[in-house]
Amino acid sequence: MTTAIEVQGLTKQYAGATVVRDVSFTVEHGEIFGIIGPNGAGKSTTVECIEGLRKPDAGHISVLGLNPGRDRDELRQRLGVQLQDAELPQRLRVGEALRLYSSFYPAPADWRALMEMLGLTAKQKTQFGKLSGGQRQRLSIALALAGRPEVVVLDELTTGLDPQARRDTWALIEGVRDRGTTIVLVTHFMEEAERLCDRVAVFDSGRIVALDTPATLAAGADAGQRIRFRPDRPLDEAALLALPEVRGVQRRGDQVTVTGTGAVLNAVTTLLARRGIVARQLRVDQASLEDAFVALIGRHH
Amino acid sequence: MSSDTAALPAAPHPRTAALRRLTLTELTLFMRERVSIIWGIGFPLVLLIIFGNIPGFRKPVSPAAPRVSLLDSYVPILLAFVLAMIALNVLPPVLAGYREKGVLRRLSATPVGAVRVLAAQLIVDAGMTAVTMIALLVMARLAFSVAFPRQPAEFALAVLLGALALLSLGLLLASVLPTSRGANAAGAILFFPMMFFAGLWLPIAAMPTALRHVSHATPLGAAVQAMTDAWQGHWHPLYLLILAGYALAFAVAAGRLFRWE
Repeated sequence: MTTAIEVQGLTKQYAGATVVRDVSFTVEHGEIFGIIGPNGAGKSTTVECIEGLRKPDAGHISVLGLNPGRDRDELRQRLGVQLQDAELPQRLRVGEALRLYSSFYPAPADWRALMEMLGLTAKQKTQFGKLSGGQRQRLSIALALAGRPEVVVLDELTTGLDPQARRDTWALIEGVRDRGTTIVLVTHFMEEAERLCDRVAVFDSGRIVALDTPATLAAGADAGQRIRFRPDRPLDEAALLALPEVRGVQRRGDQVTVTGTGAVLNAVTTLLARRGIVARQLRVDQASLEDAFVALIGRHH
Repeated sequence: MSSDTAALPAAPHPRTAALRRLTLTELTLFMRERVSIIWGIGFPLVLLIIFGNIPGFRKPVSPAAPRVSLLDSYVPILLAFVLAMIALNVLPPVLAGYREKGVLRRLSATPVGAVRVLAAQLIVDAGMTAVTMIALLVMARLAFSVAFPRQPAEFALAVLLGALALLSLGLLLASVLPTSRGANAAGAILFFPMMFFAGLWLPIAAMPTALRHVSHATPLGAAVQAMTDAWQGHWHPLYLLILAGYALAFAVAAGRLFRWE
């Protein structure tokens, strides 16, 4: 894989406050790269610098080998964007918007096919002001794809969508990636990042605090695994705590919760088997990206 | 995926094509705003019909100019009305709204950039102004026997400079006011005093001397005076210079203060 986007030492200040400080990462061709973090972490500012909408105070950005500041014109033909809070004229119809935006590009996508793909054909004659949140979001994705871009930056892709619309949108984005488009996804939904992204950069207070695959980030979280069960006979907590993999044991009524890392499940079940204890209603919860996120962000505040 | 295989052939001049499509789109949106259509086009024509049917308006304004009726002197005022309507009440809220809602920001992330939507908007507004003015002139001529201007070239120059001054003022309003609502209010507040100095309620020729001087110093008053002079065959470059000065000053200020977001 080759590099589609390279960001090095990006720093951006507003009115004396540094909102992005020394951020570096690369995005490979054909990957879905996630940017997650709490509000005000510098996510949108970072992608706006990549899009050439803002000028970095320091650092170097290369998108498809182009400098977003200097090569604006060429970059805009090859980069599609979905912006946060960007509306269309209220009375502009869906079909008109798609046709208008495809007229902007030298080799545009067929806007009717795009409209079909995003399930907007029935809404072709509906004015923007009368669309639902989900329809607006789908239209903005369609407009981001109007120029058949090599790289698409999607900011807050599914904010304001209901769960079903969110899942539909995810499937759509996977379809776009499967055609070879590189995608940068800004989100604050962990589930979204976990499901879609090949790699995720966790932003906090203008810095990247972690960057890896969602699975690795989740595995590295302090939360580890949580095992819950109801033993059929009284259980010696000290024996559990003596296991090196176990970090904590809690008892509520007859339910026991064991937290730990590594092969904790194997250690606990082996101990139970040796003592002839049956674990009823055994459940194991893997740490999710969300746990990792909370752990990462919590560490910095 | 079909959009990959069914790509349209590239147009020879994509940017020209984009500007054409943007202009058509802006025109469609303008037509869809029925209220502004009625206001911009309908009202001055209605005033012309009302004034043309008042017998007193057919009489000479003053014994000094026996061939100029009150209606004749009102046609330049109605033309200025059209200009001010579109430049102050249509242009600023549309552009300020585009910025407020992120329409301009979204466009600046495309190859055409937001400058072209500004151009498209100005083309549509200038075109609408021209069409309405011609309709007004033709109706005045055909229905009420108001003669065409005696110095057509000077008249056209007066209209052009007046339009430049007013549209630049509209752009300036759109530049300094952050919201569509604010731009709308500012346009409406400016509109009435400016129409007063243009002679809508009291023709400039009938104003006391001091008021007349103030009127000539306002963009719309100067525009009406320049149009009236050209109409009656006079030539006073002063008013054209005033208009050119306003056009330049407003355009420079708008250029400096305009923000895309």
